[in-house]
Amino acid sequence: MALKIVKGSIDRMFDKNLQDLVRGIRNHKEEEAKYISTCIDEIKQELKQDNIAVKANAVCKLTYLQMLGYDVSWAAFNIVEVMSSSKFTYKRIGYLAASQCFHESTDVIMLTTNQIRKDLSSPNQYDTGVALTGLSCFVTPDLARDLANDIMTLMSHTKPYIRKKAVLIMYKVFLKYPESLRPAFPRLKEKLEDPDPGVQSAAVNVICELARRNPKNYLSLAPLFFKLMTSSTNNWVLIKIIKLFGALTPLEPRLGKKLIEPLTNLIHSTSAMSLLYECVNTVIAVLISLSSGMPNHSASIQLCVQKLRILIEDSDQNLKYLGLLAMSKILKTHPKSVQSHKDLILQCLDDKDESIRLRALDLLYGMVSKKNLMEIVKKLMLHVDKAEGTTYRDELLTKIIDICSQSNYQYITNFEWYISILVELTRLEGTRHGHLIASQMLDVAIRVKAIRGFAVAQMATLLDNAHLLTGNVQRKGICEVLYAAAWICGEFSEHLENPMQTLEAMLRPKVATLPGHIQAVYVQNAAKLFATVLKSGEGSADSTAAQEMMIERLPLFVQSANLEVQERASCILQLVKYIQKLQQKDVEIAEEVIALFAGELNPVAPKAQKKVPVPEGLDLDAWINEPPSESESEDEQPRAIFSKEEPKYSRPRHTEVDEKELAKRREVRKQEQASNPFYIKSSPSSQKVYQEGSGVEHIPVVQIDLTVPLKVPGLPMSDQYVKLEEERRQKDRADKKKEKKKRKEKRGGGRGKKHDSCPESEEDITPAHMVDIVTEEMPENALPSDDDDKDPNDPHKALDIDLDKPLADSEKLPVRSHRAAEVLKSPTEDVEAERTVVSQEPKKKSSKEKKEKKKDKDRKKSKEEKKKKKHKHEDKGEDLLGGQEDEPVVQSEETSVVAAPPTSTTSEVSDLDFWLSNAPVPSNAQEAAPVAAAAAADPVPEAASGAAPDSEPEEPKDTEAEETKSSKHKKKKQKKEKEEKEKKKKKKHHHHHRHSDAGGEESVQNGTVEEEEEPLPPMSNYCLLAENSYIKMVNDIQGNLQDGSQVVVSVIFENKCESFLKSMEFNVLDSLNSKLQRPEGSGAHDALSVPFQLPPGVSNEARFVFTMQSIVMPQKLKGTLTFIVKNEDSSTHEKLEFKLHFTCTSYLITTPCYSDAFAKLLESGDLKCSSVKLEGISMPFHHLLARICFHHHFSVVERIDSCASMYSRSIQGHHVCLLVKTSEQTVSIDAKCDEPTLLGNVLDEIKQTFSQC
Amino acid sequence: MQNEDTEQQIIRETFHLVSKRDENVCNFLEGGMLIGGSDYKLIYRHYATLYFVFCVDSSESELGILDLIQVFVETLDKCFENVCELDLIFHVDKVHNILAEMVMGGMVLETNMNEIIMQVDAQNKMEKSEAGIAGAPARAVSAVKNMNLPEMPRNINIGDISIKVPNLPSFK
Repeated sequence: MALKIVKGSIDRMFDKNLQDLVRGIRNHKEEEAKYISTCIDEIKQELKQDNIAVKANAVCKLTYLQMLGYDVSWAAFNIVEVMSSSKFTYKRIGYLAASQCFHESTDVIMLTTNQIRKDLSSPNQYDTGVALTGLSCFVTPDLARDLANDIMTLMSHTKPYIRKKAVLIMYKVFLKYPESLRPAFPRLKEKLEDPDPGVQSAAVNVICELARRNPKNYLSLAPLFFKLMTSSTNNWVLIKIIKLFGALTPLEPRLGKKLIEPLTNLIHSTSAMSLLYECVNTVIAVLISLSSGMPNHSASIQLCVQKLRILIEDSDQNLKYLGLLAMSKILKTHPKSVQSHKDLILQCLDDKDESIRLRALDLLYGMVSKKNLMEIVKKLMLHVDKAEGTTYRDELLTKIIDICSQSNYQYITNFEWYISILVELTRLEGTRHGHLIASQMLDVAIRVKAIRGFAVAQMATLLDNAHLLTGNVQRKGICEVLYAAAWICGEFSEHLENPMQTLEAMLRPKVATLPGHIQAVYVQNAAKLFATVLKSGEGSADSTAAQEMMIERLPLFVQSANLEVQERASCILQLVKYIQKLQQKDVEIAEEVIALFAGELNPVAPKAQKKVPVPEGLDLDAWINEPPSESESEDEQPRAIFSKEEPKYSRPRHTEVDEKELAKRREVRKQEQASNPFYIKSSPSSQKVYQEGSGVEHIPVVQIDLTVPLKVPGLPMSDQYVKLEEERRQKDRADKKKEKKKRKEKRGGGRGKKHDSCPESEEDITPAHMVDIVTEEMPENALPSDDDDKDPNDPHKALDIDLDKPLADSEKLPVRSHRAAEVLKSPTEDVEAERTVVSQEPKKKSSKEKKEKKKDKDRKKSKEEKKKKKHKHEDKGEDLLGGQEDEPVVQSEETSVVAAPPTSTTSEVSDLDFWLSNAPVPSNAQEAAPVAAAAAADPVPEAASGAAPDSEPEEPKDTEAEETKSSKHKKKKQKKEKEEKEKKKKKKHHHHHRHSDAGGEESVQNGTVEEEEEPLPPMSNYCLLAENSYIKMVNDIQGNLQDGSQVVVSVIFENKCESFLKSMEFNVLDSLNSKLQRPEGSGAHDALSVPFQLPPGVSNEARFVFTMQSIVMPQKLKGTLTFIVKNEDSSTHEKLEFKLHFTCTSYLITTPCYSDAFAKLLESGDLKCSSVKLEGISMPFHHLLARICFHHHFSVVERIDSCASMYSRSIQGHHVCLLVKTSEQTVSIDAKCDEPTLLGNVLDEIKQTFSQC
Repeated sequence: MQNEDTEQQIIRETFHLVSKRDENVCNFLEGGMLIGGSDYKLIYRHYATLYFVFCVDSSESELGILDLIQVFVETLDKCFENVCELDLIFHVDKVHNILAEMVMGGMVLETNMNEIIMQVDAQNKMEKSEAGIAGAPARAVSAVKNMNLPEMPRNINIGDISIKVPNLPSFK
């Protein structure tokens, strides 16, 4: 056997490994594909072997090949095999391969669920880590659903390395399985205050990512984040939080007001550019949100703009880019302050970096005004000529059009200029945006009535020179413009100077090479032109010529392959022939022909169709008739289409229509138009309007010499308009001056000529045309909603979940309940299964909640405590500044919260209101911090966090605390004037006195039994370890879920003096039974250095792991803490001795248990019995239970009246069962355990706990 | 995750975009349709013959990502002891493992270089201890094989940039 292994490994060394593969590929540059295919064959051979090392090597190579673009999905199963290897080396290779190759449709993923679950619960943190990393890449909805609970458990893992990965991956889980968000959220929220900065930053990361998509659900976290922002020094976290605030402020302007000050401070103080930049960004977001409410922030805007200018002027291109990016955000609300930096931005347009030019272009969009539009566009046109890349040029083109057309052509004063710009743009080589230009032309021509004459002239020229546009193959995109040109010339043909020429241009044989839809428009509009020619002089030479031309040229189109073209052409050809026939009979027909094309088109708002409300009682999905059978529909549908089209185009077979019928059809058409609310507004006078050219008197304010620009389409002409415009404005100004003078003279006084010298303001510029911009039509009673812009496919939509609502039964994470129950029936040491049970606890709880409302409250309490205890070492970090003395204050807050009616959502909202409306800005920082601290100390948000704003700052001196308390209470009174609440307040007040009196740990309680809702007294498991004038240590001991022989001691060190404490070293004298775990390589008596230093007044928590052999007896270990006290001038070495007390309780782990499993356990008969009686217990029963749960790590299995069964489990798997009964003031506890010594000690400890009360 | 073809196309296009940019232009590229639209940006850094390209959406801070790339490169430098492109080409798996400690499922996991190096080292140590004696001959052989390394042509290879880019689609 051994020989075989050695042989295997020798064989293996001559296998090709990854390095060899890479080398081989590099040496076979010419025939890479061939070489790789032989490699793949080798790999296939290797995968067939049994040796996992060979397989792993093969998979490793495959991962590389996948990276080169080869499909390796065929090896998916082998990857799973390697993933499930017990060796970390191979496991890592397997997971890496999986993360690269697996995707949602990989079917073997289903097979991995159990393997991943096993790895997640592996005792080796790197197995877990590698599984989490891999899973983050290929998690599917199924995996997310099955593993959500396991990952959630890992979020409270003892190792920060696992915690941070588990927290981060939750985001992926939420995305795939949105139902998990609500159950997991409370824990995620706790992690925001994790002592490990990595975990904290991961939690911030996840919440920011969630909040970015659905900010409104996370508003209630604002106080907490605010606190983090003011306290954190980690720039990564700060950036994330500040970005998050940027997303939140639009929803809550008051938040913005609170933020401005700290952000401005950060802007002034930070040296990190990235942080500065994000601050500026968020300040901008705040300013945007405030822009409606408070205009008094010009100082902040100035600051931002000024900082951004510094960025833009920086030689670092990155800063320049970002500066421009941020600037464009300010632009939207405060264009004035950006406009003053126009010089800088125009300068950036010349930058050699395309990214920067694009950003500068964005800015230009907002900087144009009536005054400078022409100038800016002129500059852009120059750039268009210079630009080398087509993408950049296309970008410029769209920008020019965007800039000009923004808000209904607001800034355009001269539409002739704009039309000529558009015409110039058609000369661009190879642009893709012909369509855009075309639609602009159409839009302007339709909506600006006054410009039609000019537009038609320009379009006629375009049509005449169509060969310039179509000649080049590369210019395909631009021929779209001809579509617009043809339509404009046809529709507004009455403005044409020389319709015959245009008609000729439209019917050139070359047109047949254009795309079908353009030809169709050509044909249709040729007919319109023909009608106009006919109208202008029936029987004249022109009209005869036109007629002949039509009859001669149209057959070309009748043969077109394009249906639309063919149909229109043949229809019109017949019409012309018919007209000819009529004319031969000397019938006056022009009026009738032109009536064919009468009516005016109005623009329709893009959303108009959607906004039409569905009339009541109309079900659009219902069949109007019975659905036809399949065979029928095949026959009928095409026919229906034809009959629909008939009235629109006169088909060949209808050529012999007489005038009456024509008139009838016209009538029908008009009616159709009239009854169609969306598209066509038929006004009976429109036809006349054309003929009489009404509105002509509006057009020319300035006489424009049209001769030059029109004839030469290849030359730039828009420049002329710039000049003309200048002249016109001067003239205008002169006119105005004159008027003013006149007025002044009339008034008889010259009050100084102040006004004459002032620069013309926006309003002074009168447009060159009386622009009659036709507004877009909307249907009557259109729905005002604007939410139709959201993308329904956005995966984040599913995460739009209200997180403040209490959890419902149905929402708990799915747990493998079936298996867990089995495990309990035959008790084994399967840690994993036990953990599953832990998470089942809440489910059971909530189902009971429903059953009995009365018990509801105290259950919640105990649940809260349990949770609290579980994560105590995490979330107490900062709240325990004052150790036990202060801690009860926090605790009492919480408990009173529980007493409040559980209308959590509303109370939470009002809390936020309170926080936001709270006090003037300067005091925020101090005030908000404790508030948020209290909010965070409340570990179960679903049980209402009502107390957040009522919390007191945890100050060590009683008097001070008293002061703040009373002031707070006043505030609270103002806010909530309900009597009930005041009562509670008094109670609480009273409470605090007692606290300060008692001073000791957890010795306070309410004493009298009132009602069920009575708040639970404060509790803490942290007890004083040692204390001197420099430092105070409190500790708590927890069993390690992962390892049966380990306990974790969390020690909070608090610096009590004015000096800096450093080089703290923690040492314990090991006993035979228990040893402090020291890092590899250090001796058995070496001290452990505490991984932090303590500035004055600061406290921090460190954890030490101890290995235990036997856990049945309590024990004490002696230890010392040495540290250096550093003053400004001296430093002394100090020492503090302590005794670490390991109670048997600390070996117990809260493990929920089902009542049926519990019953089985008791029946099994393996357990030894013991009992104890407690006398003189006056506390309510649920308090008693809660205390046992909290201090001794039990969970309630079942409670019936004054009797309850409880369960816990030691780290080494001993079951401990309790039956607690109470009558009068006596409590009897019957207990069973498979280890009598342990049981005895636990009972003693319980007894002691209650004797202290 | 896209399939291999789109992945390659993204890599090619990104390489094309990035490699033709001048030295003194900004390190950001606007997202094209290929990488997911306007919410995404390419952020890159250029070191000698290597480009490190990250594709990020708007929830990341641009300057922060530049710092992250710096951290990544410094970490590589520490882990490989004076990293050069050949290290990256021949030890893609290691590069991936290091990256996995920094970025997970497209989100930034850790930015503290010491922490990253500590975790990477711990895992490598574990790997070594698992290989044990059986691994020794294999290591010896690979040492001999690697003697030829310096003779390799040192030209820019599209493989360089693909080291980073496979993480593109997931970096959201």
